[in-house]
Amino acid sequence: MRYFLSLVVLVLVLAATATTAATTARAVRAVPAAATLRVVATTEDLASLAREVGGDKVTVDAIAKGYQDPHFVEAKPSFILKFSRADLLLIVGRELEIGWLPSLINNSRNSKIQVGASGYLDASADVKILDIPTGQITRAMGDVHPSGNPHYWLDPGNGRIMARSIRDRLTQLDRANAAYYAQRYDDFDTRLAAAELRWDAMMAPHHGSKMVTYHRSWPNFVDRFRLDVIGYVEPKPGVPPSPSHTLTLIEEMKSQDVMIIAIEPYFDSKTPKQIGGQTGAEVLVLAPSVGGVPGTDDYIKLFDYNVKLLADALARAGK
Amino acid sequence: MRTWSGFRNVVVVVVVGFAVVGLCPTLGQAQTTVTKVVSAQAAEVAVREELDRLRREFDLLRADYGQRLADLERRLAALGSGPLLVPPVPLVPPLPDATAVPEVPAVGPVAVEPASAAPQAPAGRTNTFNPDTSVVANFVAAAGHNPFSDQPSFQLSEAELSFRSVVDPYARADLYLAASPEGLEVEEGFLTFTSLPGNWLVKMGKMRAQFGKVNTLHTHAMPTADRPLVTDNLVGGEEGISDSGVSVSRLLPNDLLFLEATGEVFAGASSVFETDQRSRLNYVGRLRGYRDLTESSNLDIGGSVAWGPTSGGEDLNRRLIGVDATFRYRPLRRAIYQRFQARTELIWSRLDLPRAPQAKAFGFYALAEYQFARRWYIGSRVDRSQRAFDAASQDSGGSVFLSFWPSEFSQLRGQYRMTKYAEGRRAHEILFQLSFGIGAHGAHVF
Repeated sequence: MRYFLSLVVLVLVLAATATTAATTARAVRAVPAAATLRVVATTEDLASLAREVGGDKVTVDAIAKGYQDPHFVEAKPSFILKFSRADLLLIVGRELEIGWLPSLINNSRNSKIQVGASGYLDASADVKILDIPTGQITRAMGDVHPSGNPHYWLDPGNGRIMARSIRDRLTQLDRANAAYYAQRYDDFDTRLAAAELRWDAMMAPHHGSKMVTYHRSWPNFVDRFRLDVIGYVEPKPGVPPSPSHTLTLIEEMKSQDVMIIAIEPYFDSKTPKQIGGQTGAEVLVLAPSVGGVPGTDDYIKLFDYNVKLLADALARAGK
Repeated sequence: MRTWSGFRNVVVVVVVGFAVVGLCPTLGQAQTTVTKVVSAQAAEVAVREELDRLRREFDLLRADYGQRLADLERRLAALGSGPLLVPPVPLVPPLPDATAVPEVPAVGPVAVEPASAAPQAPAGRTNTFNPDTSVVANFVAAAGHNPFSDQPSFQLSEAELSFRSVVDPYARADLYLAASPEGLEVEEGFLTFTSLPGNWLVKMGKMRAQFGKVNTLHTHAMPTADRPLVTDNLVGGEEGISDSGVSVSRLLPNDLLFLEATGEVFAGASSVFETDQRSRLNYVGRLRGYRDLTESSNLDIGGSVAWGPTSGGEDLNRRLIGVDATFRYRPLRRAIYQRFQARTELIWSRLDLPRAPQAKAFGFYALAEYQFARRWYIGSRVDRSQRAFDAASQDSGGSVFLSFWPSEFSQLRGQYRMTKYAEGRRAHEILFQLSFGIGAHGAHVF
């Protein structure tokens, strides 16, 4: 009995301390208007789309930086804090965040953003997904994603669908501002459509151009802009380059006259540069996500940057 | 029969409706865009592009709903076998415009087969409610003479089977079964209530106590092939404080740092705290503070306390106090190639002895680990610890280790370990560890 009582006392003391601390903290935090929805997005791309649609009715935090490999993010306690305060969690899904997201959600102590709750939005639900493996899948194939390639945001058509999903969810959570979100979405949609015409015009002369990428991050991008990826620096997804694979790739690139190697900013450029040296191909650091390189501050600028870089390089190569 | 065809009609209407709704805004948009284009030729190109895009979108929609319809049909057929469900439904629903597009659009980059365009792969649907299941095995080999160790030359020290799943909207469950040469036991098995108000998190079941860092880690998640001397001498070795009970933790929100307080109560059936009396329990408390120093580095500091009964007699107790600190550095742009971690844990123990004065002991370890290439880690550890029953006996030692990760799912580790025992004997050993995981992807330890 004595021990039971002491346990009760312990819990009460803990609760009292916690509540006091929480109240103090809330008092400090309560400066901005409490009406805004707090959105946490796992990537900068989702965050950018949420800003486009949510405007000043939301505050948006991104977890993975654009220059960071989104497969390998650490589940830092500082992220748990963000999760604990969130009204809406936006995720890329398709197992991109499988190594770190579950523990952040579990420890968030936030019922609003648990899987299946109204504050949990998997943005991949309605978009076009490529590379869905068929037949037997094993890890001998490398880091395969059983439900398809998660880098789907690199098709602006998918970006539009993602923004629409975000609009619908924000509307559901905050009906009072439904018209505001609808207007913001329409505005984004119009700007994106105009930008798409611009990008299509820039890429039109290069349809069918062949290139090599480091990781399979670009299927949606090359599909959208009608490019042709003939090989990867990685022998298999997630597996570092091997000498034998590199040699095969060099031969293949020479025989097909491939002049572009696109890499992500978080991969080592040593092997791609070696391959470039052997084949004469140019190594381009494309931005796989918003903020991946300077000048890619939002979703539309991300494509502005990548399309221009690629179109210029292909023009230089005479492709 | 009528129900089914009615249902089918509803689905078809919904599909067509979606298609029309999907097309209208984009058509409108295309129109406004065209008016903005000055040159007539450019306008034509624009319209063509826009039409292509619409066609692509429509194809996707069509493929998607065709797939969903087919899925629905399969599920209905699976639900009840009987003539009721037989009427054939076309895989692809009727198009609003019969002239539009065959299976693959003639123009446009999108040449997706209907099956691969469906967002969900139908395979595996039967597993929907099965828990995430995985197995992690740990194989250790040891060479060199050590009179104080009974570790065999080769041993599959543990095969851990884990099941993890959401239980309902309020809780999730984690179950870890460990098969080892000692037999099969529940290493951990607990329910976590994830949806409590007020930043609370409650766990119930059997679990590893939140005492410091090493005690919370499963063997295969350790950065070394063994556990530090201080863990062996003062905190129950490999098994540690792992017991049945309740864990309550709360975030203490503030603008300075992440602060988490944890209080736990256990039955007193671990390798550290033991009793056969219900009224004597083992309590564990922990306060953890964490702060990002920069986006690449952070500091994690904790204080833990554990007290409870020990075997050996009535009213004999043991108290442990621990302090731990971890510094991590991982540049985000090179996160997959480079990281550094330094950690230390200091532990003070007080143990009541029958017919003898209380035994006080202290021990610590300090460990540093550096990732120097994508799959390679090197590290070292310094150990020093008195023995719980006899503070005059102090063991010390050190290790260096090299780890290679062929992939995220397997690792090889070599470790040289020197131990100087209180008795004056030195042991030089080489440890080799292989661990591998199959099945569902588990969360990485932070």
